[in-house]
Amino acid sequence: MSGLTRRRFISVMLSASGALVVGLRHAEAAALPNVPMDLLGEPLTSLGAFVRIERNNRVVIGARGCEIGQGVMTSLPMLIAEELDADWSRVRVEQLPYGYELGPDGPTNRYGPQGAGGSTSITDGWKDLRQAGAVARWLLVEAAAQHWQLPHERLDTEAGHVVHPDGTRLPYAELVERAAGILPPAEPVPLKKPDQFRVIGKPARTVDARAIVTGRATFGIDSYLGGALVAVMMRCPHLDGSVESVDDADTRKVQGVREVFVIDGPVPGSSFDTNLAAGVAVVADNTWAALKGRNALKVSWKPGPWAEESSARLEAQAAEALKGDGVVVRSDGDMAAARKTAKRTLEARYQVPFLAHATMEPPHALIKLEPDRALFIGALQNPDGASRVIADLTGLPREKIEIRMTRAGGGFGRRLENDYVAEAVMIAKKAGKPIKLFWTRDDDLAHDFYRPYGLHQLSATVDRRNQITGFAHLCAATSLNYRIARKKDRPPGAGCLEADDFPAGLVPNLDKRFFSLESGLPRGPWRAPLHTFHAFSVQSFIDELAIETKQDAVELRLKLLGEARELDYAGHGGPKFDTGRLAAVLTRCAEAIEWKRKRTDGRGVGIACHFTFGGYAAHAFEVSVEGRDLRIHRAICVVDVGRVVNPLGVDAMMVGGTIDGISTALNLAITLKDGQVQQSSFGDYPVGRMAQMPNEVEVIVLPSEREPSGAGEMGIPSVAPALANAIYAATTVRVRKLPILPELNRRL
Amino acid sequence: MPQANAKVDKEAAVPAAAPAPIELTINGETFRHTGAPDMPLLWYLRDVLRLTGSKFGCGVGQCGACTVHVGGKAQRSCLLPMSALSGQAVTTIEGLASGDDLHAVQQAWIEEDVPQCGYCQAGQIMATVDLLKRKAQPSDADIGQLTNLCRCGTYPRIRKAVKRAAQLLAEAKAAEAKAADPKARANDGKSSEATS
Repeated sequence: MSGLTRRRFISVMLSASGALVVGLRHAEAAALPNVPMDLLGEPLTSLGAFVRIERNNRVVIGARGCEIGQGVMTSLPMLIAEELDADWSRVRVEQLPYGYELGPDGPTNRYGPQGAGGSTSITDGWKDLRQAGAVARWLLVEAAAQHWQLPHERLDTEAGHVVHPDGTRLPYAELVERAAGILPPAEPVPLKKPDQFRVIGKPARTVDARAIVTGRATFGIDSYLGGALVAVMMRCPHLDGSVESVDDADTRKVQGVREVFVIDGPVPGSSFDTNLAAGVAVVADNTWAALKGRNALKVSWKPGPWAEESSARLEAQAAEALKGDGVVVRSDGDMAAARKTAKRTLEARYQVPFLAHATMEPPHALIKLEPDRALFIGALQNPDGASRVIADLTGLPREKIEIRMTRAGGGFGRRLENDYVAEAVMIAKKAGKPIKLFWTRDDDLAHDFYRPYGLHQLSATVDRRNQITGFAHLCAATSLNYRIARKKDRPPGAGCLEADDFPAGLVPNLDKRFFSLESGLPRGPWRAPLHTFHAFSVQSFIDELAIETKQDAVELRLKLLGEARELDYAGHGGPKFDTGRLAAVLTRCAEAIEWKRKRTDGRGVGIACHFTFGGYAAHAFEVSVEGRDLRIHRAICVVDVGRVVNPLGVDAMMVGGTIDGISTALNLAITLKDGQVQQSSFGDYPVGRMAQMPNEVEVIVLPSEREPSGAGEMGIPSVAPALANAIYAATTVRVRKLPILPELNRRL
Repeated sequence: MPQANAKVDKEAAVPAAAPAPIELTINGETFRHTGAPDMPLLWYLRDVLRLTGSKFGCGVGQCGACTVHVGGKAQRSCLLPMSALSGQAVTTIEGLASGDDLHAVQQAWIEEDVPQCGYCQAGQIMATVDLLKRKAQPSDADIGQLTNLCRCGTYPRIRKAVKRAAQLLAEAKAAEAKAADPKARANDGKSSEATS
């Protein structure tokens, strides 16, 4: 990083309240004699930077990420606190707003990357947030060095104090004023060695826990603005349908209803930075009035171009599509030749359904539009996208759009799309008032960017010595290319088939092809996107291969992985995939479940492993099926996610990923009939409850000195195949179609 | 945290010309509702009183995110019309602690680091307080009767927190009993061997 760039990245100033502020901002702003207040922000609503040291020696650290339950409100500030040498127990964390600004070289974000997707928050923060903390510490030490007239190098820091060689301690707060007058170093400050860590690697509880358990944490849906009206929408249930006619006479009679109007849907095929569906907006004084008004609406719909679409038809289309040639995603050796010379060729088909995100806090948005500026408050995963959507729809320059992210009641990928932000802007423009948009659960289940549907055909060629000589993975699916601008820049199998996933590079002959299915149902990323169905199909099939060729299922995987080495991995989570690390989590998982022990009590054990976004995970389950009840007696999750920043956080992600994986694999599917989504509540989209879950998930985190990989998504992909494999072991029923329970009950 | 919540004017919730107001107590305070009698308690709490700890999750009583106590029993507030609450005493998550002293269930939730996104946890806690009133030492099967949904998958930590809360409550009860019993107090210094 050059000196100039670096000064732009890290700057220091003394705020009006006397707090030392260190963060990523423009040198230009820092160089101004009087720091403008809008950059410092209002003390209670926004933090101008990452670190603020108050006069009482309390350190306030800004959390830049979108907190969707993955723990970044805790883990990202830990990275700063570590290098700052703050006393973690005295740190207060505050959510930062979206940090867009227009600099001389174009748009930048004063806080760096803020979105939540692809498990990248920790890997990003590992690179820049530690440096922000280290610079703040350097300045404080320098201030103390000047005060004591000692060389910088002779001073140390501990828990919010600079320590003199004779043991005298000066609280950071007393050094703030002097530190603010010191220019930050031009070169990066050296970071701590791991053996010096006092915060990283130590368990830290959720910083917001007290606010959460007392009901005082403010989620997006809990935000109110004076003068804002509540809006709900009755959306067209037909994919890409439209409003034919509206009778709103009864709606207008409902006390508290102010306005009723039509909101047009997106132009089919247009870029997706708009709303999801046409409908009728009901704007009212409060939520209940809006909901009553909506219930009283009589709307006729025009079904649109997908009126015939159904899950049954899509399944038939998928089977038909696989007869074609498809698009080659990766091809090694000569699979056709391998088929000819093979002793046996084994084949199986696996099917994965559409899935909804069903965040507990449904989509919502609070928006206030003014002629020259806008304010958005709500739960996001992609504030950058929200800013662009608002700018597109209002014509406002992005620097005039203030975005305050709140804690989010779950994300799972749903909030990577900003259709609900767009919808709120469209309603607010028509209503001419600030709008609090509210979605009900049926809205949410019927209008989402669903995980893609796919039919996966796997085959393997086996030679006389039971070696796997070839592997084919054909995937017919509805890709993520839904209403994507510049579709031609994206591979046709986007979000459905990863070229370098297991067992690519581990078998001499490989044939991976994608077969595109058309659908009017919107698709988007769903926690660990394609890895959930990749792992299900491949790891179930490996189990079948082991059984068919009379090999141990763990041994077979280890044999395929071979000696520990790094293979090229072009997808997200690359550039390398380490076979040894995957083998290690698998081996440890097999030990933990006592893989070799024969069960005679009707219980079966299943195992699976997968590489997701730079992290390695294995799951094992011990299950039994009693009557129609599936019981999960043990659940084990072993991961290697590199160095762990917050052990409690990683454990939470693995427990949560495992439970989410079980709930989804056993129960959940979105289906279509007559071009409409059929699910509308937790009754027909039965997210798993306590009684269905194992009492405990035994999480084992392998110690690692490698760079952290993040942890939000690795804990889910290997769940479904490990469960299906365990069910086979207990019952000899092979479930190849998700969700498992309806299929198992059909087959039992 | 951004605080956009407009101030609640208690008087504004009680229009002058309101007929037949519904009077109820919420967290020990008396309120009079004069709006739509069919308004569910959840929306009265959230939109009118700005007590936003009780959450909307489904609106049809399936998820439990809106769980409050009515007359000391757990109820799903999204289904409870205000008209049914005349004279009732409601406790929400905001009223569970006594001042700064957290309820044992809240304390256990923090100690076991239960919340991930945290959205469903107020409902989980209110349901657990109710469960522990009925079953002071709940079995695994008893805990399995909690039907509140958690989309993040915190169930195993909820399980631990329920057990820890039961333990905390039992300890508090034992301490109370001891404090009330002068004999036990007199023996305090000698009794540790006998009870350990």
